[in-house]
Amino acid sequence: MQERLKELQEEAIQKIEQSANLKELNDIRVAYLGKKGPITEVLRGMGKLSAEERPVMGALANEVREAIAVKIESKQKGLEEAAVLEKLASESIDVTLPGRPVKVGNHHPLTRIIEEIEDLFIGMGYQVAEGPEVEQDYYNFEALNLPKGHPARDMQDSFYITEEILLRTHTSPVQARTMEKHQGKGPIKIICPGKVYRRDNDDATHSHQFMQIEGLVVGENIRMSDLKGTLEVFAKKMFGEDREIRLRPSFFPFTEPSVEMDISCKICGGSGCNVCKQTGWIEILGAGMVHPNVLEMAGYDSKKYTGFAFGMGPERIAMLKYGVDDIRHFYTNDVRFIKQFSKHE
Amino acid sequence: MFVSYKWLQDYVDLTGVTAAELAEKITKSGIEVEGVEILNEGIKGVVVGHVLEREQHPNADKLSKCLLDVGEGEPVQIICGAPNVAQGQKVAVAKVGAVLPGNFKIKKAKLRGEESNGMICSLTELGMEGKVVPKEYSEGIFVFPANAEVGTDALALLNRDDEVLELSLTPNRADALSMLGVAYEVAAILGRDVKLPETDLQASTEKATDYVKVIVDAKEDNPLYVAKMIKNVKIGPSPLWMQTRLMSAGIRPHNNVVDITNYILLEYGQPLHAFDYDRLGSKEILVRRAADGEKFVTLDDVERTLTADHLVITNGVEPVALAGVMGGANSEVTSDTTTVLLEAAYFNGAAVRKASKDHGLRSEASARFEKGVDPNRVRPAGERAAYLMAKYAGGEVLEGAAEVDTLTVEPAVVSITLEKINRVLGTELVMKDVEEIFARLQFSVSVEGDTITVTAPTRRGDIKIEEDLVEEVARLYGYDNIPKTLPIGSSTPGRLSAYQKKRRVVRQYLEGAGLYQAVTYSLTSEEKATQFAMEKRDTIRLAMPMSEERSILRLSILPQLLEVVKYNSARQNDSLAVYETGAVFLSNGTDVLPVEKEHLAGAMTGLWHSHSWQGEKKAVDFFVVKGILEGMFAKLGLSEQVEYVQAQVEGMHPGRTAVIVLNGEKIGFIGQVHPSMQKELDLKDTYVFELSLKAVLEADAPVLQYESIPRFPSITRDIALVVNRETVSGTLKEIILTAGAPLLKEVQVFDLYEGDKMEEGKKSIAFSLKYVDPERTLTDEEVTKVHEKVLGALEEKAGAVLRG
Ligand SMILES: [Zn+2]
Repeated sequence: MQERLKELQEEAIQKIEQSANLKELNDIRVAYLGKKGPITEVLRGMGKLSAEERPVMGALANEVREAIAVKIESKQKGLEEAAVLEKLASESIDVTLPGRPVKVGNHHPLTRIIEEIEDLFIGMGYQVAEGPEVEQDYYNFEALNLPKGHPARDMQDSFYITEEILLRTHTSPVQARTMEKHQGKGPIKIICPGKVYRRDNDDATHSHQFMQIEGLVVGENIRMSDLKGTLEVFAKKMFGEDREIRLRPSFFPFTEPSVEMDISCKICGGSGCNVCKQTGWIEILGAGMVHPNVLEMAGYDSKKYTGFAFGMGPERIAMLKYGVDDIRHFYTNDVRFIKQFSKHE
Repeated sequence: MFVSYKWLQDYVDLTGVTAAELAEKITKSGIEVEGVEILNEGIKGVVVGHVLEREQHPNADKLSKCLLDVGEGEPVQIICGAPNVAQGQKVAVAKVGAVLPGNFKIKKAKLRGEESNGMICSLTELGMEGKVVPKEYSEGIFVFPANAEVGTDALALLNRDDEVLELSLTPNRADALSMLGVAYEVAAILGRDVKLPETDLQASTEKATDYVKVIVDAKEDNPLYVAKMIKNVKIGPSPLWMQTRLMSAGIRPHNNVVDITNYILLEYGQPLHAFDYDRLGSKEILVRRAADGEKFVTLDDVERTLTADHLVITNGVEPVALAGVMGGANSEVTSDTTTVLLEAAYFNGAAVRKASKDHGLRSEASARFEKGVDPNRVRPAGERAAYLMAKYAGGEVLEGAAEVDTLTVEPAVVSITLEKINRVLGTELVMKDVEEIFARLQFSVSVEGDTITVTAPTRRGDIKIEEDLVEEVARLYGYDNIPKTLPIGSSTPGRLSAYQKKRRVVRQYLEGAGLYQAVTYSLTSEEKATQFAMEKRDTIRLAMPMSEERSILRLSILPQLLEVVKYNSARQNDSLAVYETGAVFLSNGTDVLPVEKEHLAGAMTGLWHSHSWQGEKKAVDFFVVKGILEGMFAKLGLSEQVEYVQAQVEGMHPGRTAVIVLNGEKIGFIGQVHPSMQKELDLKDTYVFELSLKAVLEADAPVLQYESIPRFPSITRDIALVVNRETVSGTLKEIILTAGAPLLKEVQVFDLYEGDKMEEGKKSIAFSLKYVDPERTLTDEEVTKVHEKVLGALEEKAGAVLRG
């Protein structure tokens, strides 16, 4: 009997080891440990044993059962793990296939430039001022020291609606309005972005509608050197720390002295190339000390207050910064163009 | 203004300063030099040749076979195609081995069987612009004066061994519209002297006043008129050096008298006019305003109709010149002219501008008057011209001049303190520095304590106020030497306004939702201006549009965005999502500024999303676009304040359009473009929206406040309702929410069926209702009670029955 049990144990363990899947294993469990299994059968024969042998044999039978059960359990674990692995293997994917695209649009390049400039000046304590695109002749010209008949009005041929109303030719009227609102008191530190309009035929370098950003600082002790320092900060942040600036005298009716700012050419590093017309410098913006007539007209005492102003064209800056070769791209809105300006920089 | 480097040396010593260096210095101290042109760049091997023989080419009608002495012993044979080549001429010859502009190398050649060892050149072949070449040589080769030396450098003789600086002048620096003006500027920059041109001459004993009398009726327009008389002139070509200088400056030579007036225009910046005295038909010059409708033929043979705004020079009766603009055909100098009346005058800029603008006659002369000439240079310019006419046209200059002079010339006297100069510039200059700068400019100064008083010469009419002096100091001291500082004093907070911040949020959101930002034109056509306009207003039209296409200010953005869609679709960008923010312009009546309202518009077409290899595709439809707007309103906290109401909007699909209502106010619309308009624009199904961004950004959103997260479970009941087709889900939702309050927290549509299994005119719509009590767990019974109430209300108010 004892031998029979040992035999059964060995037989069962062998079968367990050979079983290939959970079903076979379960069949083995039922076969050996079930109520109709051989161990139960062996135990039925215990009645023939002596009282001393019975508990011994009972213990042995339990041992055998236990051993078989342990073996089954461990085999089952193994089989389950294998089944999981197999399932996972069957679930494998080609990770090189493209992902589901997330459609994201982006700023128009001009907005991108404008916001970049806004943020730069906001960081220096400026506020963003806006004003109407259709303006009175007074704010667009007269308040900016451009009385009627001034020869410089030729420089900016304008779209008039009536004799006194026109599409603004620059964002300077926002400055005039802001100064007027401050009623002769400082300080003012603003930048004014917006659309402006001039009677130009649209071609690669001209557009009848374009953007402008102007800045204005008015206070009791604003100097030309402050303008120079401010523009340098702007140029280095906008175009790179390695860029140099230079100021050249120029003329604008609303500033005196007036200057133009150049930055050193990135392409040739200053030695001269086609982009900088062999000069090593690229013109970026116009600026100057606010003309006393402009201050006085807005109600400021020009003996006490001084100020500086500057203005630039986002189109030109975008063209220089990104190498865009035709201003019309900005207004055609070809998505293949706009898309190129999505990258964060 | 074109400035010849060689010519400039007549007035200022340029030793040790190359043209390029000079250009850099001029640019940095005030006048931008746009470029320096090296006139003989890329040209070599061109000499003066003498045409010894010329005969017809045996095999070609239009070619000549020439034998030339080019100063190298044996004469050379050259085949020439110019019609004007002739024996005995001195001409420019590009020898074999020479190089002409465009890297054109001259080689030995055979032309129609005849050997050609070089090329006889026209001026354009030597790199000169056709429009400056004298008329007689414009169709052929240039002919040198007979005394030109054979074999010498032809380019040097043509003054092409020179460099020309192109000055870009701002309106305040009209003084630099002359060689002398530039000379003063350069002298100030270099700290050197100015040498004035020769004008001394032996005048005849006859008096100019015996020949002509000058009367000026319009003294305000013409405060100074000087008429000089030159007799016995011989009209002929001007000297070659003068012709070449004119050509380098962009002016075509004509004859000695006309060339001299043009030469003085360039040298002094003073326009002059030469009349043929004998053709004037009187001994009188009368300057007056023209009569309205008065006719006058200018020397370009165009008849002009004048008005009382135009200033004319007359012979006492009829006009002989449009003052400062153009002379008349009736008194023009011709090859027969012997007596010249030379006009040197000061005309008011405004009068000249009006005439030149009205007649489209912008010229070198009119431009100078318009910008203002130096009143003190009018007479010297006349003297200098007379001197040159005596020297180069054989003229006899009569003594004096007939003139009217009511011009009061007072130089500007301006005082400024050193402290102000330093305060404005941020510099630490001393008085000596400032004095030296004005000395270089040849401005006279007097100093008293901290104050310097400057008298500016009349040629510098731009110097008027203290700031002008500050500018002179700044530019000659050098902007490079001004320190870099940042503004000090009370600071201002740098920030965006709430409106500006929210606008950025909207842009970011829309781009995150897949839309690209477009920027289109505000000006459009009459037809497009009012399409999709949300308010009926008069259109605002430009007084002088450049084209009908861009003549009216837009009342809506969508027409332009649809153009963008069309443009992109035509270039295979079929799936497109764009938006724009910008002003639309609402008229308030003439002579008042319009209302500018910031709008937001968007257009979407094609696929909303797709994942090709997984076979996913979703086309844009109404609900895609609506979802995007809903997201935007949620972002701005306005969800509860916005409604969409089915509506008819012109240009939009009648069944697929809603107006957007914000707090009871109609602020925009959303929907599909009307199929007929889609067809017209060649668009596929396109969904759009346009709304007042201003209204959206200015709307008050509820303040952000934490709301406790429900601690008790919710109970969800789904219902499928059968309703009339016209019943909209919004109405049903409203009924459900009202009847289910307060336990009903959420209602969602989860199914819609309008198929043929439904009874005619009916549809099935299914809602998911979520009941929650924040204080406790709801029982089924409680929910059922409320739910029954909801169903009752649906049936009563919308005839909705549960789908069986
Ligand atoms: Zn460069």
